[in-house]
Amino acid sequence: MSVTGLIRMGDNTLVLGQRVSEWCGHAPALEEDIALANTALDLIGQTQLWLRLAAEREGEGRTADTLAYHRDAWDFRNLLLVEQPNRDFGVTMMRQFLFDSWHLEALTKLVEHDDTEISAIAQKSVKEVTYHRERSGDMIIALGDGTEESHARMQSALDRLWPYVGEMFSTDTDDLIDMAALRPAFDAHVGAVLAEATLTRPESDFAHLGGKTGARHTEHLGHMLATMQVLPRSYPDATW
Amino acid sequence: MYAQMIKSEASQDDPEKLAAFQARIDAGEKIEPKDWMPAGYRKTLIRQIGQHAHSEIVGQLPEGNWITRAPTLERKAILLAKVQDEAGHGLYLYCAAETLGVSRDELTEMLLDGRMKYSSIFAYPTLTWADMGAVGWLVDGAAIMNQVPLQRTSYGPYARSMVRICKEESFHQRQGFDIMMKMANGTDAQKRMAQDALNRFWYPSLMMFGPSDKESVHSEQSMAWKIKMNSNDELRQKFVDQTVPQAEYLGLTIPDETLAFNEDKGGYDFAEPDWSEFFDVLKGNGPCSVERIEARQKAWDDGAWVREARLAHAAKKQAAKVAAE
Repeated sequence: MSVTGLIRMGDNTLVLGQRVSEWCGHAPALEEDIALANTALDLIGQTQLWLRLAAEREGEGRTADTLAYHRDAWDFRNLLLVEQPNRDFGVTMMRQFLFDSWHLEALTKLVEHDDTEISAIAQKSVKEVTYHRERSGDMIIALGDGTEESHARMQSALDRLWPYVGEMFSTDTDDLIDMAALRPAFDAHVGAVLAEATLTRPESDFAHLGGKTGARHTEHLGHMLATMQVLPRSYPDATW
Repeated sequence: MYAQMIKSEASQDDPEKLAAFQARIDAGEKIEPKDWMPAGYRKTLIRQIGQHAHSEIVGQLPEGNWITRAPTLERKAILLAKVQDEAGHGLYLYCAAETLGVSRDELTEMLLDGRMKYSSIFAYPTLTWADMGAVGWLVDGAAIMNQVPLQRTSYGPYARSMVRICKEESFHQRQGFDIMMKMANGTDAQKRMAQDALNRFWYPSLMMFGPSDKESVHSEQSMAWKIKMNSNDELRQKFVDQTVPQAEYLGLTIPDETLAFNEDKGGYDFAEPDWSEFFDVLKGNGPCSVERIEARQKAWDDGAWVREARLAHAAKKQAAKVAAE
């Protein structure tokens, strides 16, 4: 069992949770504000579980918080997709839908993992993420099918984010499971939702890589971490 | 207190009906949406519940300002949950207002164009992490003082929304005090943040209750209708009496040199806030007044295409369903 594999799971939920939480107080309607906060809360909760387990397995005295707040961008192992900025609500929801569609397949497999602690985290998360995928999928359909403007925005969000899909299925021995094996189920679900949403899957499957290996993150991650980590980094002696 | 300076409307209704209505209120009955009510009662309540709802929504912003910078994962989760609760409170309150015949969209437009107000406290900035403590401890503390009695208010939907809101608010206040404890017992820098937060939020918190009753011409009718349960001065005194010992426990100093316990009245004597500042804030000259409305306006404008698309999609689905039947 690889600590990196656990950190990858926790970094994905941390970085996406942080991004989604930026919406708090600014969403298009109160119901969306509440739902986005709820999603962010679930993701932060999952982060605590994954990073706590990673820190325990690593055995070097770190905690979930030191992993979250005292690593630099090059030590983060999240997918490039989740560090993408929120841009408009359409991009935010498309990013969520693409991530949820991968996340649910991954968690469903992880429920069967031999390591009981990994399986337990996956079992808890799968319930939450089932709801996330349902909600983001419904939103993609409503906004894709809604008005001419919303359709154009959603197609543009899909085109913009599609190059970050491939990384979710690139896999190596640090992963907790074979991520490449999840692709057919992902394609089937995403294909069905996009069809109902009257959106067109981009032709090119070109994929940007480098997030989950830490080889090359985007420029966005550093800014996010500068904000997120400012207090623990500025006041290392403080407890909060 | 999230509703300030609510102007009570006089009623031109039939005196007999008015008397019967007042008798119901005096008997402790709840008024429900379909019941007859004086036009002034309805208007005053719309203004009060609307202002309360707006305060919850605008109140998300000063705390939302620190969600992305919360110093631990647990603090982040707690703060997110708290700000989410505020959005939920806004939702219940807009729904309660809707039972009086005004839509959420109409109320939102009135907030954005300045016809309706939100509580003066949210026009102040949150500058350090200790402000998350001070807002929970002082601002939610002051809000609870007002909202606990409002659970007994005469209008049924408002009273019921208050029951739920009060439960959550007391959790908010506890988490605020918990942050203050950590800060006040922390490093020198944390202590400094805690004291600075108290210095900046003390007088604005006292202003939340509104000006002295002696100057408040609107209180009498609202109190008779049981939509205002206590006087402003009464609640302010109660708040000070509760808060001073808490500040002492934290080892923080209330920024009022005149503060002294008065044995005769069994409560503290304290300095009045600067009421000219309060009126400036109400006029839109608070330190963050422009930013708060700007943020709400931006959310409203940027979200228009989403709201329109959802309606369009729902209409298409409905049409398809009808066609299939």
